[in-house]
Amino acid sequence: MSSAIKETQKIIDEVLEAYPEKTRKDRAKHLAPNDPTGECSTCKVTSNVKSRPGVMTVRGCAYAGAKGVVWGPVKDQITVSHGPVGCGQYSWWARRNYYNGQTGINTFGTMHITTDFQEKDIVYGGDKGLEAALLELKELFPLARGIGILSECPVGLIGDDIEAVAKNTEKDFGYPIVPVRCEGFRGVSQSLGHHIANDSIRDFVLGKGELKESTPYDVSLIGDYNIGGDAWASRKMLEEMGLRVIAQWTGDASVNELGIAHKSRLNLIHCYRSMNYICRHMEEKYGVPWTEFNFFGPTKIYQSIRKIASYFDDRIKENAEKLIEKYKPVMDAVIERYKPTLEDKKVMLYVGGLRPRHTIGAYEDLGMEVVAAGYEFGHDDDYKRTYPELKEGAVIMDDATLYEMEEFARRLRPDMVGSGIKEKYSYHKMGIPFRQMHSWDYSGPYHGFDGFPVFARDMDMTVNSPTWSLIRRKR
Amino acid sequence: MKRIKIKDHNELFQEQEYLEQFEKKKEFENPWPAEKVREVAEWTKTEEYQEKNFARKNIKINPVKACQPLGAIFCASGFEGTMPFVQGAQGCVAYFRSHLNRHFKEPMAAISTSMTEDAAVFGGLNNMLEGLRNSYALYNPKMIAVCTTCMAEVIGDDLNAYIRQAKDKEIIPRDLPVPFAHTPSFVGSHITGYDNMMKGILTTITEGKKGEPNGKINIIPGFDTYTGNYREVKRLLGIMGVDFTLLSDASDVFDSPNTGEYKMYPGGTPLEEAADSVNATATIALQKYSTVKTMKYIEKEWGQEALVLPPMGVKNTDSFFDEVSRVTGKPVPQEIEDERGRAVDAMIDSHPYVHGKRFALAGDPDILLGLISFILEMGGIPAHIVCTNGDKRFAAAANALLSESPFGQEATVYTGKDLWHLRSLMFTDPVDILIGNSYAKLLWRDTGTPLVRIGFPIFDRHHLHRYPVIGYQGVLNMVNWIVNTVLDEMDRKTMDTTSFDVIR
Repeated sequence: MSSAIKETQKIIDEVLEAYPEKTRKDRAKHLAPNDPTGECSTCKVTSNVKSRPGVMTVRGCAYAGAKGVVWGPVKDQITVSHGPVGCGQYSWWARRNYYNGQTGINTFGTMHITTDFQEKDIVYGGDKGLEAALLELKELFPLARGIGILSECPVGLIGDDIEAVAKNTEKDFGYPIVPVRCEGFRGVSQSLGHHIANDSIRDFVLGKGELKESTPYDVSLIGDYNIGGDAWASRKMLEEMGLRVIAQWTGDASVNELGIAHKSRLNLIHCYRSMNYICRHMEEKYGVPWTEFNFFGPTKIYQSIRKIASYFDDRIKENAEKLIEKYKPVMDAVIERYKPTLEDKKVMLYVGGLRPRHTIGAYEDLGMEVVAAGYEFGHDDDYKRTYPELKEGAVIMDDATLYEMEEFARRLRPDMVGSGIKEKYSYHKMGIPFRQMHSWDYSGPYHGFDGFPVFARDMDMTVNSPTWSLIRRKR
Repeated sequence: MKRIKIKDHNELFQEQEYLEQFEKKKEFENPWPAEKVREVAEWTKTEEYQEKNFARKNIKINPVKACQPLGAIFCASGFEGTMPFVQGAQGCVAYFRSHLNRHFKEPMAAISTSMTEDAAVFGGLNNMLEGLRNSYALYNPKMIAVCTTCMAEVIGDDLNAYIRQAKDKEIIPRDLPVPFAHTPSFVGSHITGYDNMMKGILTTITEGKKGEPNGKINIIPGFDTYTGNYREVKRLLGIMGVDFTLLSDASDVFDSPNTGEYKMYPGGTPLEEAADSVNATATIALQKYSTVKTMKYIEKEWGQEALVLPPMGVKNTDSFFDEVSRVTGKPVPQEIEDERGRAVDAMIDSHPYVHGKRFALAGDPDILLGLISFILEMGGIPAHIVCTNGDKRFAAAANALLSESPFGQEATVYTGKDLWHLRSLMFTDPVDILIGNSYAKLLWRDTGTPLVRIGFPIFDRHHLHRYPVIGYQGVLNMVNWIVNTVLDEMDRKTMDTTSFDVIR
């Protein structure tokens, strides 16, 4: 075991000391020093298991994964938060999945629509009310292309049959009514919600869309939720390569796009964690190959463009090279501008299921180093993809708690932390520069050639704001 | 350093190549013809649509309310060293915390017991016990305030018995106060949760503390998300020389100084003072609908005079000071009288821009009653008043208030309705000004009505919650926001005309 690994393990052990014994044993399995070679047998974390009660996990629930992540962005379907009012309220218009359309008329993404369960619904069941609600929605929003019923906790607990309601009503509606069993108590995090949502797309929408003609260059952009316009920046590049993006899943997506992705020649998946399920399905059932790619930062973008092009003919390969040639000077200028103020800065990342590994390259392009990385809801395959990307001795943390994040920050002294809104302000209080890496802190896009300059600018303003130096620390 | 122009989403997606991309993407979207979209958009503005919209009974569209536990943990946060602790599924707590983070731009700690399928079958006892053990060890609270998500309520977890077991098993110290409240999300709203938690905390913490009167008064702010209001109450009662206890003082927790150190429990009502609140002369609630059960409890169990005196607007603030003065025997000092004079002066100076202007209002019941009162005082005309979480008693109170003023005659009070109802109303019967929370900006966009942000949550403007809306200073702030919104709008509308004036 190298000294870097030993030193990190020592830090981890210190942090673990505060836990009661049983929880300490459990948490120890989720924290490890990184070994990029994979030789160190104790350097692997356990993941995708239940959070311990009372530790202040950052995780959300299956509803958050299904409604907030996968279904919510589908713009021309109405997402019904089925149950009490809170879940829909707190997830309302919060993830910045940009879309084009007229909200409330032909698109519904930034609306909060709920059956608003009352006590009588718990006692007598909510199915009747749901059916009536669907009819009211049909009346008020005639241009909707689908309705998703996203179940909240009580629906599953009281034994409602939303599948039957959906089935009974669908025949009169002429569009899919999709029951999504994403009650918040199911599974251990948002992750199961992604899976459930993938399955519901598979069962109710996939294969039912219309595509007039196919070309040999048809691809679908999967697992890009268009946060701050990410998917649009990515689409632009793919189109410049000569590819035809027939579907976006699910940022700025329409129901029709969900219905035609199986006609792609290749599925391109960005967020592997939340949508690998549907890619595997399309591969098995329709023979559509899929490939992962990474559009954060020029190094990974160049690699990804070439990787994507390798699936196509010489024309596309040539276009890919031309595209790189066109944008390389722009990327170089961004690096030249921002590297001097960001070089050697240390970054701690704790995000959802993709960015802790996918943004490492972008930080490295700017001369920064990621010293700790962790996932709220990553699985083993995510961590396997992460270890080689990080330096030896970096801290790997799975399902980290507020306590752990604070302690690691104290000990590792990162120059910035990238995480979520719940973490943001405690770091502000600690005087540690912070950027939200779920919502891009209301900025973006960060994907692609148009995204990297914004990413670089934002990291610079985060790390180098003069406001941090005004903090007067108590002696 | 070399300057490079960087375009983020604000500019990027207005560029020609993106506009072309969006147009081309439609090929795969199976879109409705533009003409059809226009037609439906126009139809949604009609009386016919409004009728359909108001006929719906089974679905809420853009409601203005959150759920009970949000109010409960907000209430708990305002007590010294108190950890809000939520028995139930874990996603709820992630949501509550984010919601409060986004409004206050402050950290917010709360615990979940992370209940999953097995707890649904076997009950949440083990989650509660382990949750108490872990949170007590890790976060060293002086009090743990327990509430519930709908999951724990549906399966019927017995909080009282669980907490007793935790103490019997010495998982947490016997003397650690662990008040609790059942806060099902399918009953009431966040204001109900605040009320339930406040009653729960006061019941637990004052147990066996009844003794000699302490000569103080208690102030209960209610579900009040203006940290500026808390500081204002403290300042004003300080000027008056009143000895008081603020029950749930959320001001420091949600507005703490940056000292380079993260403190989980900044400020809050000292637990000792909270325990002694049972010995006060009187309790004054600054909101009615978020303190109903609590005030009943105080009146009945503590035998105190229990007054509800929301100080929003001039007359309401007058009543507040008159009553505080009566209860405490302290006169209202000249300094406060001068503040009143300045607020009234400001209202007189600005009245031409508000007089006769028609308002649409959406929000919590207490905020709405305060706004109605203030708008009537300015000569404004409340037209549409939407209160998703208002009940019959609220409607009666609002109507009584409106009926007292000639400016209140055009108003209709809608309880249980939402922002989609209000959209219809604002098209069929337009108003000049809209007051609501950040989500009301959807209506600003659709109807072009200028929006004044007062209420909760306010996510898209910074720092508004630091400015009080209560007391005479609050009057001044409301005049400022409303009149200057009117003037901004006037400038926007007249910029190409001769009416574009520099002096107003």
